Amino acid sequence: MTYDSATLEQLAKDADDIVSRYPVPRSALLPMLHLVQSVDGYVSPDGIAFCAKRLDLTSAEVSAVATFYTQYKRRPNGEYQVGVCTNTLCAVMGGDEIWRRVSERAGVGHDETTADGKITLERLECNAACDYAPVMMVNWEFFDNMTPESALQLVDDILDGKDVHPTRGADTVADFKSVSRVLAGFEDGRADEGGLAGEPTLAGLKVAKERGWTGESK
Amino acid sequence: MMANPHALIEGVAITSFAIRSNHSFIYLRGEVVHVYRRLLQAVREAYEAGHLGKNIHGSGFDLDVTVHAGAGAYICGEETALLDSLEGRRGQPRLKPPFPAVAGLYARPTVVNNVETVASVPSIIGNGVDWFTAMGTERSKGMGLFSLSGHVTKPGQYEAPLGITLRELLDMAGGIREGHELKFWTPGGSSTPIFTQDQLDTPLDYESVGAEGSMLGTRALQLFDDTTCVVRAVTRWTEFYKHESCGKCTPCREGTYWLTQILKRIEGGTGTQADIQQLLDTCDSIAGRSFCALGDGATSSIVSAVAKFHEEFEQHVALGACPFDHAASALFEYGAEEAVEEPVADAAAEPEAAVADEAAEEGEGHTPDDYDGTAAISALNEFARVNDPKTEKDA
Ligand SMILES: Cc1cc2nc3c(=O)[nH]c(=O)nc-3n(C[C@H](O)[C@H](O)[C@H](O)COP(=O)(O)O)c2cc1C
Ligand code: SF4
Repeated sequence: MTYDSATLEQLAKDADDIVSRYPVPRSALLPMLHLVQSVDGYVSPDGIAFCAKRLDLTSAEVSAVATFYTQYKRRPNGEYQVGVCTNTLCAVMGGDEIWRRVSERAGVGHDETTADGKITLERLECNAACDYAPVMMVNWEFFDNMTPESALQLVDDILDGKDVHPTRGADTVADFKSVSRVLAGFEDGRADEGGLAGEPTLAGLKVAKERGWTGESK
Repeated sequence: MMANPHALIEGVAITSFAIRSNHSFIYLRGEVVHVYRRLLQAVREAYEAGHLGKNIHGSGFDLDVTVHAGAGAYICGEETALLDSLEGRRGQPRLKPPFPAVAGLYARPTVVNNVETVASVPSIIGNGVDWFTAMGTERSKGMGLFSLSGHVTKPGQYEAPLGITLRELLDMAGGIREGHELKFWTPGGSSTPIFTQDQLDTPLDYESVGAEGSMLGTRALQLFDDTTCVVRAVTRWTEFYKHESCGKCTPCREGTYWLTQILKRIEGGTGTQADIQQLLDTCDSIAGRSFCALGDGATSSIVSAVAKFHEEFEQHVALGACPFDHAASALFEYGAEEAVEEPVADAAAEPEAAVADEAAEEGEGHTPDDYDGTAAISALNEFARVNDPKTEKDA
């Protein structure tokens, strides 16, 4: 491993915290892989060696797990993971066209990173936000009801180094490494940012209130 | 989980108390970071308020709750794949029996439930059983969230008693988008056979939806209007299942791959009449022969779409192209440049090296472009035949 001693010390401390959440140490592997991504920006050979040593596994066992899950990256990832949903519902509602325009603007295809390391582009599988279609995600924050124009603006802003603002999520999108640290289970104090729920989430509630329905009366 | 995570945590506490479990896990997909932030915070708050931890409110009952983020694998929603994933392994389903209730997480008795189920527990405890069972139908009791998406005026979440119909739901959601008619829809997500206008008045409860040949499933109602190409929709769903197949069993791993190849061919206009039958035969080799329900689910939309829209599949073959204007389905005007030919043109637009790279990664590099898969598909059908319990009995 090539981590310097300060990094290694912090990693060891964080790994202890993660392992303590589970009755059996091996359960800590998924969050620990998120943790090494928060340091290296991908699941690096060092990261694999670190997880293997801490959990008393072989590096082959750790790699086998890491390669199963799409969120674990095998190459240094861009600062922003930009996903366009092209699953049936979003694709039909306009996701295919958004993908085409975004990919053209960024100059990269699926699972490729721009030369400046800003954006890794991805054709997303369904993110269960169909009622907000067409949907994009940046570092796993929701950008709802997208159009080609709003999508291109988003890409331009990221390439220009500006902050971008999810529709439902934190006030600004944190970078890939910071978000990976949250996914390892470490709070970043941003849970209260952003609204409670979007309009479609509350659509049924609104109708019920307008029509004076309650659970009991139906 | 985003707006009111405490409802879920309260449900977790009550259900854990009921089954005398001292450690519960909330497994959340990793691709929704803000939801995860709020769950982490809510669990911490619940500990601080004494609702979780040791000797909760002096009851002598201890409960720890761990919120666990996945890492991008749909199959980890399947209960036994989830358990393997939670144990730090590849998320692949386990053989059942033993069922999780007998030997689950760490080989200990485990109950796995959907978060909506668990989050509904506090309201049932609070309002009583009679309140809950007064809603719904004779055999499908209670309420649930019906999620309406697609070509509907006001997409969103509509909580309603089981047994409500799509016509009633559409009344709340402002109907199908203006100027169009409903063409087809999924009652329970993409793994359930599709419905058409004929099922507008079908009560959405387990029995009635089953009697109409589909499943209530997740209550994810995806609605598509008359502009939508059913072949395009089905092809894209199948690509999803191909991507998410965990690879453990042959019918699903190989079958979803070949289904995608055939469907792309038909959608792109290079398919043959025989391909349509080949689709059904391949589905037959997967459904009922897969290790878990993902494989079965992958065939649902195909078989039902071919049954209900056979002429549309034939049209693609006869025309040698898709008869639909994809731009007409979108919520906005397409750009000036000519419309996309998904997904073939897409891959072609990428630099040569990237295409090769992707193919190599997915392990598809061995298949020449012009190979139509006949041999592989018959091998798959043969495999299914040999491994079919029915065949064995006959022999
Ligand atoms: C491929 C596949 C994916 C699944 N994904 C989920 C999921 O994301 N969430 C979920 O609650 N159940 C999912 N399930 C169903 C679970 O296996 C299980 O039946 C369910 O969680 C039981 O909860 P319930 O009885 O409260 O509905 C999935 C099943 C399969 C076969
Ligand atoms: S049916 Fe598909 S997802 Fe399920 S075990 Fe087989 S390969 Fe895996």
